[in-house]
Amino acid sequence: MENKTRKVLLLGSGGLQIGQAGEFDYSGSQAIKAAKEEGIEVILINPNIATIQTSEGMADKVYFLPVEPYFVEQVIRKERPTGVLLSFGGQTALNCGVALAESGALDRYGVKVLGTPVEAIVETEDRKRFVEKLAEIDVLTPRSTAVTSVQAGLGAAKKIGYPVMIRAAYALGGKGSGVAADEAALRPMLERAFSSTSQVLVEECLTGWKEIEYEVMRDAFDNCITICNMENLDPMGIHTGESIVVAPSQTLTNAEYHKLRGIAIRVVRHLGIVGECNIQYAFDPRSEDYRVIEVNARLSRSSALASKATGYPIAFIAAKLAFGHALPELRNSITQSTTACFEPALDYIVLKFPRWDLNKFKVVSRVIGSEMKSVGEVMAIGRSFEEALQKAIRMLHVGMYGLVGNGLRFENVEDAIANPTDMRIFAVAEAIRAGVSLERINELSGIDKWFLYKIRDIVRMEEALGAEPFTEELLARAKRMGFSDYQVGKIIGKNELDVRKLRKRWGIRPYVKQIDTLAAEYPARTNYLYLTYSAVEHDVDYGKMPGGAAVIVLGSGAYRIGSSVEFDWCCVNAVKTAKALGQSTVMINFNPETVSTDYDECDRLYFEELSFERVLDIYELEEPLGLILSMGGQIPNNLAMKCHAAGLRVLGTSPQSIDRAEDRHKFSQLLDDIGIDQPPWRELTTLDEAKIFAARVGYPVLVRPSYVLSGAAMNVIFNEENMEKFISIASSVGPEHPVVISKFIEGAKEIEIDAVASKGAIVIYAMSEHIEHAGVHSGDATMVLPPQRIYLETVKRVKRVARELAKSLDITGPFNVQFIAKDNDIKVIECNLRASRSFPFVSKVFKYNFIDIATRAILGRAIPPIDKSSLELDYVGVKSAQFSFSRLKEADPVCHVEMASTGEVGCLGDDVYDAFLKSFLSTGMRFPRANVLLSVSGEENRFELLDAVKMLQEMKFTLYATEHTAEFYRKHGIETRMVHKIHEEKSPNVSDLLASKKLDLIISMPRNYGDIGTGDSYIIRRCAVDYSIPLVNNVQIAELFIAAIAKRSIEDLEIKSWDEYS
Amino acid sequence: MTREKRIHLELADGTAAEGVSFGAPASVSGEVVFNTGMVGYPEALTDPSYRGQILVLTYPLIGNYGVPSAERERGLLKYFESERIQVAGLVVSEASGDYSHWNASKSLAEWLIEHGVPGIQGIDTRALTKKIRHEGTMSGRIVYDDAPPFDDPNARNLVAEVSVKEPVVYGEGRPTVLAVDCGMKNNIIRCLLARGVSVVRVPWDFDFNSGEYEYDGLFLSNGPGDPKMCGATIAHLKEALARRRKIFGICLGNQLLALAAGADTYKLKFGHRSQNQPCTEAGTRRCHITSQNHGFAVDTETLPQGWEPWFENANDATNEGIRHARLPFMSVQFHPEASGGPTDTEYLFDAFVESLKHGE
Repeated sequence: MENKTRKVLLLGSGGLQIGQAGEFDYSGSQAIKAAKEEGIEVILINPNIATIQTSEGMADKVYFLPVEPYFVEQVIRKERPTGVLLSFGGQTALNCGVALAESGALDRYGVKVLGTPVEAIVETEDRKRFVEKLAEIDVLTPRSTAVTSVQAGLGAAKKIGYPVMIRAAYALGGKGSGVAADEAALRPMLERAFSSTSQVLVEECLTGWKEIEYEVMRDAFDNCITICNMENLDPMGIHTGESIVVAPSQTLTNAEYHKLRGIAIRVVRHLGIVGECNIQYAFDPRSEDYRVIEVNARLSRSSALASKATGYPIAFIAAKLAFGHALPELRNSITQSTTACFEPALDYIVLKFPRWDLNKFKVVSRVIGSEMKSVGEVMAIGRSFEEALQKAIRMLHVGMYGLVGNGLRFENVEDAIANPTDMRIFAVAEAIRAGVSLERINELSGIDKWFLYKIRDIVRMEEALGAEPFTEELLARAKRMGFSDYQVGKIIGKNELDVRKLRKRWGIRPYVKQIDTLAAEYPARTNYLYLTYSAVEHDVDYGKMPGGAAVIVLGSGAYRIGSSVEFDWCCVNAVKTAKALGQSTVMINFNPETVSTDYDECDRLYFEELSFERVLDIYELEEPLGLILSMGGQIPNNLAMKCHAAGLRVLGTSPQSIDRAEDRHKFSQLLDDIGIDQPPWRELTTLDEAKIFAARVGYPVLVRPSYVLSGAAMNVIFNEENMEKFISIASSVGPEHPVVISKFIEGAKEIEIDAVASKGAIVIYAMSEHIEHAGVHSGDATMVLPPQRIYLETVKRVKRVARELAKSLDITGPFNVQFIAKDNDIKVIECNLRASRSFPFVSKVFKYNFIDIATRAILGRAIPPIDKSSLELDYVGVKSAQFSFSRLKEADPVCHVEMASTGEVGCLGDDVYDAFLKSFLSTGMRFPRANVLLSVSGEENRFELLDAVKMLQEMKFTLYATEHTAEFYRKHGIETRMVHKIHEEKSPNVSDLLASKKLDLIISMPRNYGDIGTGDSYIIRRCAVDYSIPLVNNVQIAELFIAAIAKRSIEDLEIKSWDEYS
Repeated sequence: MTREKRIHLELADGTAAEGVSFGAPASVSGEVVFNTGMVGYPEALTDPSYRGQILVLTYPLIGNYGVPSAERERGLLKYFESERIQVAGLVVSEASGDYSHWNASKSLAEWLIEHGVPGIQGIDTRALTKKIRHEGTMSGRIVYDDAPPFDDPNARNLVAEVSVKEPVVYGEGRPTVLAVDCGMKNNIIRCLLARGVSVVRVPWDFDFNSGEYEYDGLFLSNGPGDPKMCGATIAHLKEALARRRKIFGICLGNQLLALAAGADTYKLKFGHRSQNQPCTEAGTRRCHITSQNHGFAVDTETLPQGWEPWFENANDATNEGIRHARLPFMSVQFHPEASGGPTDTEYLFDAFVESLKHGE
């Protein structure tokens, strides 16, 4: 290898968003490991502070900065890397890299793109060039026309014939795509697509064809292999990110499998990919006809899935290939004796199920289709399809016990199949139960009958369990089909533990199998494991763990709103510390997008359910030192009492204490006992009680249904009328499912404390403040560390309360307390005896790894002394939420008590303005240039923004405002250009302004939380998102943003790496 | 739920496992081998190289896409590798009761029953595979009712069982390839015909030096069992070498060529039967993914002067092909005709046919 790379720049993917999630922490981390093995220095740019890749001991230098051409160029100028890796940070990194190449910046600084050349990337991204390139080797793509205007798009559709599919170039996760049945439907879709791209593809509609993917690797010496293929259960028409996917394909013959594999290799060679790429096909279910849909010339969600599904470290090897290695020279890291130039053989089936979180939004379309809406995914491994499917459904943690036994009812089951939502698979099962023929279901859904036969078998088994005598043979068969003990018990009327007892008496138990890439052909040295009932022996010799009894760390499950990469960071760090202390470690998790499910992070990895049954199975096999439940967020935390009751050892804070903090009544009693204030609250079961209580404490009140599956989420209620409406939506309210109502305090500050305690004494803590007033979920709020605007007295009180809680609950391990503060008066609103999502942020800002300290405390080991003076920072950290509203059609892009963000970023700065701007820009915000639209509802909001609006005027922005907003500011001496409401149809109208593409910034918020999703204000915010116009939707953020841009231009922002802040 | 017939799989070392019958109601004995391919059971089951063997498929879900029709093309069954199911028995974790494919005409179970071949499902095929990997290939039996004695099929002349009895001519093109059928897969003939040649398929012991057929190149096919059982073929081959005929061989053909050249072959512990075997070409940085099915191998150390290894297995360094340094003799251990498996090395047919078009 000549011109050896010495210093490489790695671009990350930024905050997690729909279509681009944790998989890039995994791929980037692998790239860093590969570079380190080569002795190459790594400079990483990624504002996602909660990732493993941005942790100590990974990259040589980390810049918490936006992955944007401007910032990346500044870092290049400073660091002078010789090479850059573009394919490990998703579409964000790829787009940024292409922009830098095209602007000449990479050439200017002599930075070489490693791996797939930019030319090839552009050929895969530009649809027109892509189609032409594949035509050169007679590979078929959908009949299509690339257009650059709405009019041309309509013309092309006429030629191809409706229905047509449209796709936007350079779109992340299929954004701006969809199927149009006629011109009336097509026109608005084209308009929307052109708001974010200059090129749109109109193509033949292949809805109903099978959707097949291959993961391909190629080295610079033209060795080319496919790692695995995958088949979507949901055929073409539903985005692969929204589909249930199996690996390997189940319904392809040898000829079909290898035809598509052969084409994949030809395409990859012709494009000149070096590294990894993904190719997607539409495949005719009635012949061997095919179309290549797309090629992603980078690591992707699918490649992460393929990597976990096969055990082949795709990202690691891709990085090695980018550094110039040949595939045959590299080793298969699982067997350690065979070559990396091979294609894994699976002896199990893998099933991926998307995790949606649509319940979190007040108004959102639940229909799934060609755009991605899911926020995460789970992966289940089994030796039968039924086993994998039912495991996967439970892994979603959406209250389902498996495919059947959930008591679901559909009003119109055929409709629920034909118009798919997140519930379609359950509708299929229900339809079979109701006697709808499989032919009919196939016709409505396009789902291959092979899958339908298997689903039918699960439904039949449920019926058999309900009707036939409960025998050993029947139970054994049910377990092989993935029924859980709880699910069986629910059907036959026994409790979970009784079923378990009986099952064990009958000798029916799961066996542990390895994922070894070669279907047992060669011995594997890894401990990447799953459990199955289709087996008679374990692959693992128990009782031979090198470091003695292990600690089992429970992972965080699927990424979803409220539980994301932060918890994976906590889990991985807990395992790292335990390992460093000489402790054997076991990890249980099932999220394929994580680093915690890398088999080289722990001694044994169980890619398994985080259910009581499965944890107990593994516990019994491992006979561990104990369980660590406090790292993976709420899923493991919820198992605490059950594990405790079953006699499992829970390490750290006791399950009774966890229960005291989790149980609202017990926690309230505790606060009263130790004299800590809390907002008044009641648990109520009727509307009348709710009205009486709300009237007594005064509106607004915060209402939380205890049962949120029905779609009625947490809400702030401003008057009696809304209370009635809300309670009627939450129809399941009653003695079984009470609502909790508490006084909502307006205009209060929110403060959080993240801390670690040992035996009831706090060892280290971090106090942060929220920019937004209370009422914005802490996961959506902008967090500042250390706090900049809290009274000293408040600080003292917060610390005192935290100390009291640690002592009373005898905490050993991580915990988090949330407060609201108004006029030096503080109230506790929440307390979690586990790591919170801000642990990585506070750890990285303080440069003290809170999880390392917590793990030492939990394991009863010595904690290194903490230099208190080092906690006095000369810099500021700001964490901002990353939203995915553009993906969630119809959702009102505002923040309220229910969390809506899908990720977060965190940046450092010399002061709060510097850090805040970097952080806000990292979430997609842009500096406004000229035109700003103000649409501020509510007199109080307008008044609060008065000074900020004055500043905008002084900065010479052209201000537009909707009628009442304009009137208000005119009264206060600020002239704006008034635009009429949309429905008034008078000119100048706000709708013309939005469509004109003149706007650089929209500041718009509802009057209060009761007005979300209504009125013109909602339409304006929605348009901002749909037309990709930067939106500020909160008063406090607007104030800070305007103050910040008044003080700083983009050039003023410091380009400093993490280690330069001290 | 339907009544299941519980039957057993037994190995010569005493290992026994209970499963459920899904094929013909019969007992059978044979050599137990495993294949790790994830697709291609109709192709594998009709591959004559599996003659006498009880095949364990490590992929747990088999039969999903059914079994295609008995349609013929140029005299050959279009979707199969020979005229019948060749395996003695089939062992799987789960045989799909229902199948789904536009091209299917029956289920796997129906097909096995039609051919009188027993099948057993509900077996922990991974545990079984690990056993074979560890202990080596061994005799075994599927016991339906009475237990047949254990049997080593390699002691029989399996090649004679699967070879054609009389010469068959395919196609009319030029040049002509004379293919020695030791258990030749149909796809080899298809691959040759697709390149415009005519193929004369002769029995394994046919004397192709007799002048009965004119040909431009000699092809040595794949086939079952121990190559040393094919004494007649090896003798004829020695003469062809002396006459410097253009020769290309696959699988058993590689072993026969080696034996004719004077090298030795040996039995592998558990063989290579899969679709993911990496083979590096000598003197290059190129590595190909190949389909394989063999239990014996050429001992590279014994290659006489003038011969050299052509390909090598990148996993275990066993021989994957030999060639003569100057003369037009070459053969590969893997299956460039694939079916089942990857088609990456099909170019070798191009090279062979191309070489026949030019003179010496």
